[in-house]
Amino acid sequence: MINTGDILETIGMIQNEHLDIRTITMGISLLDCCSGDIDVSCTKIYDKITRLASKLVKTGEDIEKEYGIPIINKRISVTPIAMILASSGGDPVKYALTLEKASREVGVNFIGGYSALVQKGFAQGDEALIRSIPEALSRTDHICSSVNIGSTKTGINMDAVKLMGNVIKNTAYATEDRDCIGAAKLVVFCNAPDDNPFMAGAFHGAGEADCVINVGVSGPGVVRSALSKIPDANITEVADMVKKTAFKITRMGQLVANEASKRLNVPFGIVDLSLAPTPAVGDSVAYILEEMGLEQCGAHGTTACLALLNDAVKKGGVMASSHVGGLSGAFIPVSEDAGMINAARSGCLTIEKLEAMTAVCSVGLDMIVVPGDVTPEIISAIIADEAAIGMINSKTTAVRLIPAIGKNVGDELNFGGLLGSGPVMRVNTASPEKFISRGGRIPAPIQSLKN
Amino acid sequence: MRAVVTVVGKDMVGILSKVSGICAQNKMNVIEVSQTILQDMFCMIMLVETAEGANFAAFSDEIKAEGEKLGLVIHAMHEDVFNSMHRI
Repeated sequence: MINTGDILETIGMIQNEHLDIRTITMGISLLDCCSGDIDVSCTKIYDKITRLASKLVKTGEDIEKEYGIPIINKRISVTPIAMILASSGGDPVKYALTLEKASREVGVNFIGGYSALVQKGFAQGDEALIRSIPEALSRTDHICSSVNIGSTKTGINMDAVKLMGNVIKNTAYATEDRDCIGAAKLVVFCNAPDDNPFMAGAFHGAGEADCVINVGVSGPGVVRSALSKIPDANITEVADMVKKTAFKITRMGQLVANEASKRLNVPFGIVDLSLAPTPAVGDSVAYILEEMGLEQCGAHGTTACLALLNDAVKKGGVMASSHVGGLSGAFIPVSEDAGMINAARSGCLTIEKLEAMTAVCSVGLDMIVVPGDVTPEIISAIIADEAAIGMINSKTTAVRLIPAIGKNVGDELNFGGLLGSGPVMRVNTASPEKFISRGGRIPAPIQSLKN
Repeated sequence: MRAVVTVVGKDMVGILSKVSGICAQNKMNVIEVSQTILQDMFCMIMLVETAEGANFAAFSDEIKAEGEKLGLVIHAMHEDVFNSMHRI
């Protein structure tokens, strides 16, 4: 029989430390749904999604029951809609409404892929889709949108950066009556991965198979709890403990991914071995950093602790899964992490410190509430800074800012659920307007010339 | 399939009988039982196997609900979870 200690450890992880599978995400290619007529495309898309994903939610629930592992979300990612729009033309919001209808029919929590990839320039359909994002997100509840504006290989499309400052602001305006929640479902990427199962940035890349299952794990609470058992260990031992814990968490993700893939008869894609926090107390990445010996997240030393954590999570997880992908690492979304929320409220955690942290975490400036009067140019400049970090370091970076319309530093927004709540954070208001208005492209860095 | 049932809570008369009764009603064959007292808490681990016609999901719900009634925390999980997590 299995060792009693091991059994109790696993039960404790699930019961007390919030271990769960964050998401089973079915990636669906819509390339075969392209038509010259947008209404025909919409019909094909609806039919394909509802056919392939009809059993997704039920299968997730069955696995949850049988294996005793909570599976929080069942989601869908689709081919970037701008690619479909390129051949159909027409009003892109029709696609958003079609995806919304399909997501309600199959019962998933989110559907990602209202996206455009414009790292080098705008193809047919891209700009129209991007400009429709505020309306699309205000008229739907389940759609997530992302735009890739740069990559190590191509440099940064500064015209798109400029455009996105306005789009984020307008999305917040369009959902002002719902705590500006639209902006929480819109992310701007540099080096966006094609197989990311996490929202809001999930889409099904053009090089992917027709339909795949990707799984995202979670488990910050488990790592923190493991570290709390070795309070006086040196940093080498801390890194080892993170690796061992990440291994166990990822093994569970791989098990669920295999099982879901088998039951749905859909190939397994990747396990994304991310530490994804939730607002629940104890399920926080910030608390892991504090457990390592910081008074509060945001203190000097935070970037070093996060670098160690991010790297050890990957090292531990990579052997536990046959295919690792997506974002894989430690997320630092402010409003979704109880420890980050506290640190932002107390003023210990600032946007500047978060920017430094994004150089070593798995994604970027995530779920940060900024004052409603921040100009689109400042938002664009924040995107440009963040994309530059990603471009030069060959890593994914992202920006998901929520301008709190009508609110200022000291106020809070509350999105509810996994999106959490967050204090409005101070933003440096010195103007980058001239820089942003120049447009053009930041050339691809020397790191891109690897051939 | 084989599953691990864990029961943790305050010790009282008849825990084993109640839990194994529910196993029998749901066509779960008990293969192995181990029990200890950990810091005044009763802790029992059972390895069970589904017999023909068993519905594991229904069993899992029932045993969890019974646990809540008795003030115990009862979990039923597929054996593979432990195998994959703790063995390479």
